[in-house]
Amino acid sequence: MTTAPRTPPPQFVFRLKRALGGRAGWGGLALQIMFAAVLVWIAFEIVANARANLETQRIISGFGFLRNNAGFDVSQSLVPYSGSDSYAWVFLVGLLNTILVSVIGIFFATVIGFFVALGRLSPNWLMARIAGGYVELIRNLPLLFQLLFWYLAVLGALPGPRQSIPLFGSFLSNRGLVIPRLVPEAGLAPCALALAAAIVIALGLRHYARRLLFENGRAMTIWPYVMGLLIGLPLVSALVFGAPFSLEVPVLKGFNFSGGTRVIPEFVALLVALSTYTAAFIAEIVRAGILSVHRGQMEAGLSLGLSRGSVLRLIVVPQALRVILPPLTNQYLNLTKNSSLAVSIGYPDLVSVFAGTALSQTGQAIEILAMTMGVYLLLSLVTSAIMSFYGWRLGRSLGA
Amino acid sequence: MKRVSLFFTLAVAAGFASQAASAETLKTVKDRGQLSCGVSTGLPGFSNPDDKGNWTGLDVDICRALAAAIFNDPSKVKFVPLSAKDRFTALQSGEIDVLSRNTTWTLSRDTSLGANFTGVTYYDGQGFLVKKSLKVNSALELNSASVCVQTGTTTEQNLADYFKGNNMKYEVIAFAGQDETVKAYESGRCDVFTSDVSQLYAERLKLANPADHVVLPEVISKEPLGPMVRHGDDQWFDIVKWVLFAMVDAEEMGVTQGNVDEMAKSDKPDLKRAFGTDGNLGEQLGLTKDWFYRIIKTVGNYGESFDRNVGSGSKLQIARGLNQLWNKGGIQYAPPIR
Repeated sequence: MTTAPRTPPPQFVFRLKRALGGRAGWGGLALQIMFAAVLVWIAFEIVANARANLETQRIISGFGFLRNNAGFDVSQSLVPYSGSDSYAWVFLVGLLNTILVSVIGIFFATVIGFFVALGRLSPNWLMARIAGGYVELIRNLPLLFQLLFWYLAVLGALPGPRQSIPLFGSFLSNRGLVIPRLVPEAGLAPCALALAAAIVIALGLRHYARRLLFENGRAMTIWPYVMGLLIGLPLVSALVFGAPFSLEVPVLKGFNFSGGTRVIPEFVALLVALSTYTAAFIAEIVRAGILSVHRGQMEAGLSLGLSRGSVLRLIVVPQALRVILPPLTNQYLNLTKNSSLAVSIGYPDLVSVFAGTALSQTGQAIEILAMTMGVYLLLSLVTSAIMSFYGWRLGRSLGA
Repeated sequence: MKRVSLFFTLAVAAGFASQAASAETLKTVKDRGQLSCGVSTGLPGFSNPDDKGNWTGLDVDICRALAAAIFNDPSKVKFVPLSAKDRFTALQSGEIDVLSRNTTWTLSRDTSLGANFTGVTYYDGQGFLVKKSLKVNSALELNSASVCVQTGTTTEQNLADYFKGNNMKYEVIAFAGQDETVKAYESGRCDVFTSDVSQLYAERLKLANPADHVVLPEVISKEPLGPMVRHGDDQWFDIVKWVLFAMVDAEEMGVTQGNVDEMAKSDKPDLKRAFGTDGNLGEQLGLTKDWFYRIIKTVGNYGESFDRNVGSGSKLQIARGLNQLWNKGGIQYAPPIR
């Protein structure tokens, strides 16, 4: 008996089955469709349920409230803001305040963290113990307490505005540090152009120096030239075109100072608390990264005649960065989210101003909290994208 | 099918909603066996826990009267302390049945929050507290001052309006909780503390040297404080409304906690109606016939509650002022019980 040879399924059908359902085939596809349908149904139920309940209680929903007047003021705003601006503008003010404290906090936390980590790894016994003590102490205390400590301790130590401490034209009191304000003058644009030109030339110089190093083996110290450029060119432009800024000195009038810009103590307390707290965690991450590099690298570098600092800078840390970057990204995201503790000391960040005041005034909890969470998610995604890009570039140059 | 509130507010940490928000609050309270009452985190005179955890205050008395009317037991109340920031979401989500937390009655709160005000327990206004050492005699001298305020309150908005209206500049520092605000004021971070005048007197008591601080004479706003309930439940709205009216009417009719037993046997027609001897007004509300007796027996009438908590019998020593009865020079007026 001859059996007709089985014809294989047509290539197209086979490829389609694989594409849709993976190795499970049509069954896999069916499961995926069912799962997606369940998810969609759950989402629909949540939204419809919330909508129905909102309507029963006649709570207004929708984003129309963003156009209404906010009716309240905030103590720090990077953009001009007054009480008659809209809630959408308040959202922007809070967002900028959060970004400001997060970015500056990330910078300081990284710097402090790196130095504490290097201190902990130092052969100097006292330095290692002090750094270790710092890490252990700061890591184990809740951030809220540290924040309140910095705020109340700092505030308590400072005098009132009428007895403020004068420092080179600035005044330090419990209202904050009032510094002379830079008022832009006519010479600002040429000065900015000169500075930009100086930066471009400095980058070019750096590129030239690296080429010189890799091709001819000649090491060229460029930092004197770079400093000269960055200071000299704007100075020349200031002499030729006039000063870029004039100073507006603060003067005590009545209750507070008028004139000058003010750094409010809430900002400083939040910044210090966030930076020192996150630095303790970053120090441990950096230390782990450095310890992960084989000891032979340090020995090889030392045997080449490099100093310990140079070996760290040129050989060990670039390799350690591959291990450091992912947990470091975590800490940056933590810092950004921890900045929402600002509400306990009265710093007008996004949560305090928008998800706090605006929420209790309009009562639209769902919309406001969704916007706030969306923004934090966006900030976190942007931060991790930047760090991923940096890690990718690093991996490329190290030949990972 | 009854719709149950699921993820109504995404960040309320104190638990999710558990019951439907429609026409059923009385039944829910009775089934639970306890009234859930939202109060402040500690404001002397209005809602304040003592060192043993017993709550007292004008707002607390309203909730105790409500519990007495429903359960004949003023202790069947669970007090939920709420800050100004999350008081409304707690009410909206069903965590509390009534919000009795010195909340100002405004139009936007009556509408957009999905809640109703049931009456006015205290007619208040906003004022300023400053240190005597600043030698300020009027709020109009506060140009470019730093002001501490609690965030999420009408206080913040009135402050902005007042300073803008008088062309004065100011710096506002807004805190989430009342305690941090007062602490910052005391530490000198700001020159002025602003809040309702009754709260200024209450908070001044908590300061290290109350005599060093003075309340400025200006009252810059109307702040009628009253309890709030959710939209959509008319029966519960009526009950909470009439519990307060019962207390005010009792003072008007001369019924006190001391003489309520004799008054219950009175022959006067208005007293017979109130005590349920005549007619069934209590049952029409959804309560029992002796609802009025229960309320006055447990917390007394409005005047007694006022004196005990914020008036001459308390540490605050606030005069009746606007809160006196309408026929004695104030504006507390309750509709007749008939």
